[in-house]
Amino acid sequence: MPIDILMPALSPTMEEGTLSKWLKKEGDPIKSGDVIAEIETDKATMEVEAVDEGTLAKVLVPEGTENVKVNTPIAILAAEGEDVSKAAAGGAAAPAPAAAPAPAAEPAPVAAPAPAAPAVAAAPVAVTVASDPAIPAGTEFVAMTVREALRDAMAEEMRRDPDVFVIGEEVAEYQGAYKITQGLLQEFSADRVIDTPITEHGFAGLAVGAALAGLKPIVEFMTFNFAMQAMDQIINSAAKTHYMSGGQLGASIVFRGPNGAAARVGAQHSQDYAAWYSQIPGLKVIMPYSAADAKGLLKAAIRDPNPIVFLENEILYGHSFEVPKLDDFVLPIGKARIHKTGKDVTIVSFGIGMTYVVKAVEELAKDGIDAEVIDLRTLRPLDIDTVIESVKKTGRCVTVEEGWPQGSIGSEIAAQLMEKAFDYLDAPVLKVTGKDVPMPYAGNLEKLALPNVGEVIAAVKAVTYR
Amino acid sequence: MAVAKSQVGSKAASTEGRKVAASRAAKSPATSKSSASKSAGGAKAAIADFTKEQELAAYREMLLIRRFEEKAGQMYGMGLIHGFCHLYIGQEAVVVGMQMAIRTGEDQVITGYRDHGHMLAAGMDANGVMAELTGRRDGYSRGKGGSMHMFSIEKQFFGGHGIVGAQVSLGTGLAFANRYRKNDLVSLTYFGDGAANQGQVYESFNMAELWKLPVVYIIENNRYAMGTSVVRSSAQTDFSKRGASFNIPGEQVDGMDVRAVKAAGERAVAWCRAGKGPYILEMQTYRYRGHSMSDPAKYRSKDEVQKMRTEHDPIEQVRARLIDKKWASEDDLKAIDAQVRDIVNHSADFAQNSPEPDAAELWTDIVR
Ligand SMILES: Cc1ncc(C[n+]2csc(CCOP(=O)(O)OP(=O)(O)O)c2C)c(N)n1
Ligand SMILES: [Mg+2]
Repeated sequence: MPIDILMPALSPTMEEGTLSKWLKKEGDPIKSGDVIAEIETDKATMEVEAVDEGTLAKVLVPEGTENVKVNTPIAILAAEGEDVSKAAAGGAAAPAPAAAPAPAAEPAPVAAPAPAAPAVAAAPVAVTVASDPAIPAGTEFVAMTVREALRDAMAEEMRRDPDVFVIGEEVAEYQGAYKITQGLLQEFSADRVIDTPITEHGFAGLAVGAALAGLKPIVEFMTFNFAMQAMDQIINSAAKTHYMSGGQLGASIVFRGPNGAAARVGAQHSQDYAAWYSQIPGLKVIMPYSAADAKGLLKAAIRDPNPIVFLENEILYGHSFEVPKLDDFVLPIGKARIHKTGKDVTIVSFGIGMTYVVKAVEELAKDGIDAEVIDLRTLRPLDIDTVIESVKKTGRCVTVEEGWPQGSIGSEIAAQLMEKAFDYLDAPVLKVTGKDVPMPYAGNLEKLALPNVGEVIAAVKAVTYR
Repeated sequence: MAVAKSQVGSKAASTEGRKVAASRAAKSPATSKSSASKSAGGAKAAIADFTKEQELAAYREMLLIRRFEEKAGQMYGMGLIHGFCHLYIGQEAVVVGMQMAIRTGEDQVITGYRDHGHMLAAGMDANGVMAELTGRRDGYSRGKGGSMHMFSIEKQFFGGHGIVGAQVSLGTGLAFANRYRKNDLVSLTYFGDGAANQGQVYESFNMAELWKLPVVYIIENNRYAMGTSVVRSSAQTDFSKRGASFNIPGEQVDGMDVRAVKAAGERAVAWCRAGKGPYILEMQTYRYRGHSMSDPAKYRSKDEVQKMRTEHDPIEQVRARLIDKKWASEDDLKAIDAQVRDIVNHSADFAQNSPEPDAAELWTDIVR
């Protein structure tokens, strides 16, 4: 059977090229590995090596031809023992890619035109997320700070699974720079509560390695500002390995610590990374507001087989909330919580952003505006369905967060609402965010840089046309 | 408040040549018998005695830093200063001695967040530093930087950095600029014992030696990084050897003795100016206060702190010599004390009376 020699793609982006020169002529014997032609792309001149053996029966594209599309037959090869003239006349019945680029250093391109029916699913696999577990009637609720809730979550999971360990700066002997790991060293020993040198990039990478080997690290960053030193390991190593390995291995690991502005600590120590991490496929990103969510979601995060970025907030650490007293209180990752139902406007927030919303909603009620409040809790996967359902009812949406405006979580929600709920919107979605500036130190400027209750109220009034 | 320009002591500058630190465990100032600087090979480097003028200048400079920091601590307690505030008390001899070894306002200085002492030693104005601590308009960063982020192009002080270790690469870059411009300036790059474990420190060391960059790496080993003592964080606690695999010479220096600091500084700076590349000085020092204002410092004993204060205090050492040599009377020293207190009190008043930055400042200086 004669074989078509096809125009090869010589780089991942090449779609066409110039067949600049034939080095073999019709009738020449061809051995595998022979350089048969030269091709020019906009980047370089490359040699075309033969893969199959036989005789060059016919040149289909003469040298000097420009814009030869990848995968166009450029010649016909008669296989050994075949009639060369017959082959030349009839062409190949079944074209086979007969030419390989040389040098073959570059990866095989996916330059072939897409077949009529796409071979891949057009949409990601939809994952249904369970609702919060029902809390049995009569369950006692106890007041607990976010700090205590986080500590308890770690302690409970460490008791449950010996592979869980905590690693970070000052987590053991100092009991945590913000006292989140208080008592863990005493209960679990220095084998499982590990003080590190100040080497974020190194210990984050080490923890990812340990996770690839099957352990379940909880990496505490003293604050997420310092996780920037470790960003590469979080994203390139933790988030992508499961995909890159075709699902063979992945990292069950939690990166946690305080995120965002504390108070008066200036530009390098006051950054909100919610939107940054929420962009990364392969990560799950959680940012709780209440102590109950902090506890239930941290336990879920530690059990989850994926890398999780768990964003806490220093100011919220000391806030108290009611937490159900249950032996094993685990919440679903990826499910927003309706903090308050309402009919006039949907306010979407998360983490410390909720503190502004909670106060604004009280004020708005006095003006007769009944807001529905959604606490996202998880930022990736983003529970947009819950937001859409609410907007179908209210027709209006305001988002609230401390992070910067461009590419914010609010931006993403606004875009998704426009795509998926445009017909339900009675007003543009408004975002309340931190100002588009590095965090200033001066007290008056810091106040201006952060969102405030007045801005939330103003945004709600704007979308409700009051 | 610049320190007196020092004469480069010819005795001190004589110990040239590549040194690799001796292989012995780090000796803390508390345990070291002598106050002399320990240099390569365990040899006791000669410490040039200070002249009367030098002793007086060093005394005054160190006292200024001490009193300034005490005042900052007080003002923090009164709610006038917020956020992170890291005091330099105990470590004064390091910056004052080093500053005496360089050309103030020409050679560059860069450090981390524990930076008030470095700025005062570099000749920056106490008023401007204190007003930045209170977040006011007359502060060095117009209130926008705070304790950890101040700069002065005039004094060639490049900050004031909050991310542990980041200033090491930056300081290496300052040295790169010197080499690029073919001038003979030197970059003094300060960082802590804790910072010495960051990866970018070693990436910088390699480039600095590879390209023979004029940078003195000054590791201020105050024995703790927050609550973690050096032995709990470091496999190699002799920081002068941290450049060994890059062939960077290093010395351990008694950082509580301003004369030892100056002498070592002069050796290091001369090495750099001669185009021989970087140099490491491990300053063995101690911070008396907690890491920052919120640190109860339970990780060390009161005795340990007390012992340092009574036996190794850098200011007391100079004071004793001044009295001993009859270069100053108690009254003379009291007069210096009073002058220094005046400067500090004035800076505190200034910092409280300076207005808050204008609201419009929120939106300025983002890009230029
Ligand atoms: C990258 C990074 N990680 C952690 C911190 C928090 N932090 C600030 S200072 C410090 C200790 C540094 O100790 P050292 O380098 O010895 O300097 P010292 O405070 O003793 O002057 C830590 C962990 C930070 N600012 N930056
Ligand atoms: Mg230290």
